[in-house]
Parts: sequence; C-alpha cells; structure tokens
Amino acid sequence: MKVFSRIYVALILAFLYAPIAVMIIFSFNSGNSVWVFESFSAQWYTDIISNTAMIEGLRHTLTVAILSATIATVLGTAAAVGITALRKKITRSFATTVTNIPMMNADIVTGVSLMLLFVFFGRILGLYESLGFITVLIAHITFNLPYVILSVIPKLRQTDKNLHEAALDLGCTPLQAFFKVVIPSIKVGIFTGFIMAFTLSLDDFVISYFTCGHYQTLPVVIYNMTKKTVTPDVYALSTIVFATIFVLLILYNMLQTKSEQRRNSNVKKA
Amino acid sequence: MNKKSFGSRLVAAPYLVWAAIFVIVPLVMMAYFAFTDNSGAFTLANISQIGRYRKAFAVSILYAVIATAITLVISYPMAYFMTKMKVSSQRMIMIIVMLPMWMNFLIRTYSWISILANTGIINTTLKSLGLPTLRLINTPGAVILGMVYDFIPYMILPIYSVMTKIDNSLLEAAEDLGSNAFSRLRRVILPLSMPGVISGITMVFVPSVSTFYISQKLGGSKNWLIGDAIEYLFGSGPDYYNVASALSLVLMVMILLCLAVMSRFSSDEEGGVIV
Repeated sequence: MKVFSRIYVALILAFLYAPIAVMIIFSFNSGNSVWVFESFSAQWYTDIISNTAMIEGLRHTLTVAILSATIATVLGTAAAVGITALRKKITRSFATTVTNIPMMNADIVTGVSLMLLFVFFGRILGLYESLGFITVLIAHITFNLPYVILSVIPKLRQTDKNLHEAALDLGCTPLQAFFKVVIPSIKVGIFTGFIMAFTLSLDDFVISYFTCGHYQTLPVVIYNMTKKTVTPDVYALSTIVFATIFVLLILYNMLQTKSEQRRNSNVKKA
Repeated sequence: MNKKSFGSRLVAAPYLVWAAIFVIVPLVMMAYFAFTDNSGAFTLANISQIGRYRKAFAVSILYAVIATAITLVISYPMAYFMTKMKVSSQRMIMIIVMLPMWMNFLIRTYSWISILANTGIINTTLKSLGLPTLRLINTPGAVILGMVYDFIPYMILPIYSVMTKIDNSLLEAAEDLGSNAFSRLRRVILPLSMPGVISGITMVFVPSVSTFYISQKLGGSKNWLIGDAIEYLFGSGPDYYNVASALSLVLMVMILLCLAVMSRFSSDEEGGVIV
C-alpha cells in the first residue's frame, strides 16, 4: 500500500511537471523550434534583453501587481474592519454578496463586464482610447479585493475586542488604538492578503486581456506571441520566473522549518 | 460607544462604493448591452441569436464536466495519500503542487503542444521505436487534458486541506467499532471531506467551462468553446459587443445555476452527516 501510494504521488507530480520540464529543456535549444531540439545553447537567455515587447510587458505586469496589491490591501483591510462592525442585515448581506461575485464569476465574465463599463464611459467622455493603464489597474484592484477581505476577516474575528476598548480606556484616540492594537493583531491576515493579491495579479491573463488596451501586461504579450510561432525566448523568460519562484519557496520552507524547530526546542527547555 | 462603532463601520464605505461601481454596475452594463442594439434601443435579437451557439455551449459543458470528473478522480487519492505522509514531506509536496500555479498558464498549456504535436515528443518517440504515430493534438482529448492539467492544483489543495483537519480519533473510533479500511473511507473520510470536494469541483468547473485559450491551442479550430465565441466576438469590434454580451450573460447565469445546484447538494450532504 505504501509503495503504491508513493508511486501514485510520484506519477501525479510527474504529470504536473512534464510540460515544465519540456519548457526548461527547449529554452536551451539552439534552433528556433520549441519541439525539435538541435543542440544546447543559452542564446535565448541573452535575446530576452533585446526583446522590448517582453521587457515592457514585464514592467507593466510588475507595476500593476505592486500598485493593485497595495491599494487592494489598504481598501480591503479597511473594508474588513468595517464589515465586521456592520450591524444592519441588509448592508451586511450586500457586502458579502459583492465580495463573493468576483470570486464566483468566471474570469471572462468579470473581464468583459468591466470592459463594457470602461468602453461605455469612454464613449460618454468622448475618449479616443478608453482602455489602458488606469482600467487594467482598476480591474486588478477589483478582483484582488475579495481575497484581501477574506484573509483579514477571520483574523479580526480571532482578536479580543476588549483589547481595543482597553486601549481607548487607557487614553488612546480611536485612530491610535486602531494602528497600535488592531493592526498588529491582524497583520498576518493583511500580509497573506497582500501576497495573494500580488500573485493573482501577476498571473492574471483573462481579465487583463479584456481591460488593458495598449498597456499590455506580460501574459497578454505572451498570448499575442503564442498566436504566431513561438520561439524559445518565451520559454527562457518563463524558466527564469520558475527558477526565481522555486528558490524563494525553498528558502521560505527552510526558514519555516527552522523557526518551528527553534520553537519546539524552546518548549522543551521550558 | 455608538460613535466608535459608527466610525469603524464607516471605513467599509470606500470599498462598498468601489464594489457597487466596479462589480454591480458592470454586470448591469452587460445586461444593458445584451438587451439593446447598436443604437441603444431595446431588442431581444441578441438573446435569440444564442441558438446559433448551441453547439459551443453544449461542447463547453460536456468537456468541463468530463475534465472536472477526471480531475476529481485523480486528485482524491492524491490528497488522501498526502495526508498519510510525514508532516515535513506533506509540506514539501504541497509546495511542489502549488508551484506550477505561479507559472504562466499560457506557457504551461503551450508546452503541451511540444509534447502532443504530430512531430512532437510523444510521436517522435513512437516513431523511433518503430510504432505507428498518434493524432493527439487538435482533438477533444487534448482540450480535456489541458483543462485537467491546468486546474488540477485547485482540486488537490481544497480536498487535502479539509482532509488534514479530520480528527484522527474519529477514524480510531470507527476502527474500534469494527469498520474496515473501506468502510472507514466511505463512511467517515468521504462525508467529512465533502466541503473540500465541492469547492474543488467549483474551482475546476468554472474556469474549464469558460476557457478560451486551452481550446484554441490544443483543440485547433474544431473544438470551439463558448469562451472562444465570446473572445472572438469581442475581438471583432464594437458592432458585436451586443451579441457577445448576451452570450456572456447566458454563460454567467448558467454557471451561477450550476453553483446553486452544487451548494444545495453539498448542504444536503452535510445535513446527512449531522443526522
């Protein structure tokens, strides 16, 4: 049984990584093809730098991801605090519904409905080009918000309400109490929300595709490239991204294991 | 006291306004476009054109259902076996399963072309072994494979996270009361992991039924899905926005109906456990 389960898990992981292995191998192909391997070469890695469309796309993606995740984290944290304080049933159910809609809707529906809104108002304002940086940023903030809210709310529920009141009794202004007591106790939730928002934004293709206009993010650039024949430079860029994330995750995992070990040994000493 | 909670309620206001403008209004806008013509006059012509996309709708639902079912059948044992491992290897495998989700899904899908193409890796290998080659790319099977591949982490992770929370003493109790491994799986683990299964099904079905990239790359021109139709129409210019909106509206309603049926089904399951 144990052998069987090991083989099963290994097979699934092999399935998950087969296309990624193909991508890494062909990023080192000296030829133009992504399925006929000629000989080993790293030329595509140096070619990336001169591929302006791709570099531009990467810059746009990072800009949108950082800005949208930051704005969504601020707005979403405030929203979570407010929503947990809501008492009227109607406002509360409105808040939960609007939070759930972007998560339940298919990306394509969210994307096209936002695009219609932007185009409609663009026409009213008489804009020549209604889609661009602002619209893709708005779209990303919109689909990031629910994830921030849903990671902060559980932390808020866990915190002791008396702490906040104690701070007020001890002479804090409500604002001070909020920043000195509430924020520190929910900071894990805020951080998780930010990271989720950032990765979702980084990875999004469908919603960006419908809302970005000429401000193409990297996935949209890649989409347009895969419409024609793909050359291994796309694979080279993806390999770099993959390696970066891989290293970061391993480091994170090592740090976590280490801090757990330290905690365990502290418990034993105590 | 009252003043304080009024203040903290007020901080939700910017979000609620934002959500009203960028979540509710766009959906209203979609409905508006679906029921009007180019000049803005009310019409049912767009909705009545949907009949022409019957086949795309049917194929999308069929493929998505098959892909979701396959994903579930593969993922459930995977999640179960993961929970039986050492905690440190569990965490490692979690990371390995999640890692592809951070990779661009367009590239991951595109890589399958290298594997499945007529002169791709599988067929080259078959040829060098003297075996007949297979037609793999541009088939329904390739599209379903793409869906299973792209969305499988979204099935494994929720099932796994629900399963790890199952109290081990429940299983011990079942064992003490004489149930064998199979009936423990059927009567304890399966019902308790149902919430994970339901959210996994949702997270695989919704993107599968509405995809347009996977079908374009792996399905060729023959496997046209509803997502392809929407993308094509929106790409064809403002004259087609109305029909495309009608299609999107129908797709949205269809997905919401599916989700409603599923959540009904899941609450029945949970009710069954309590009784």
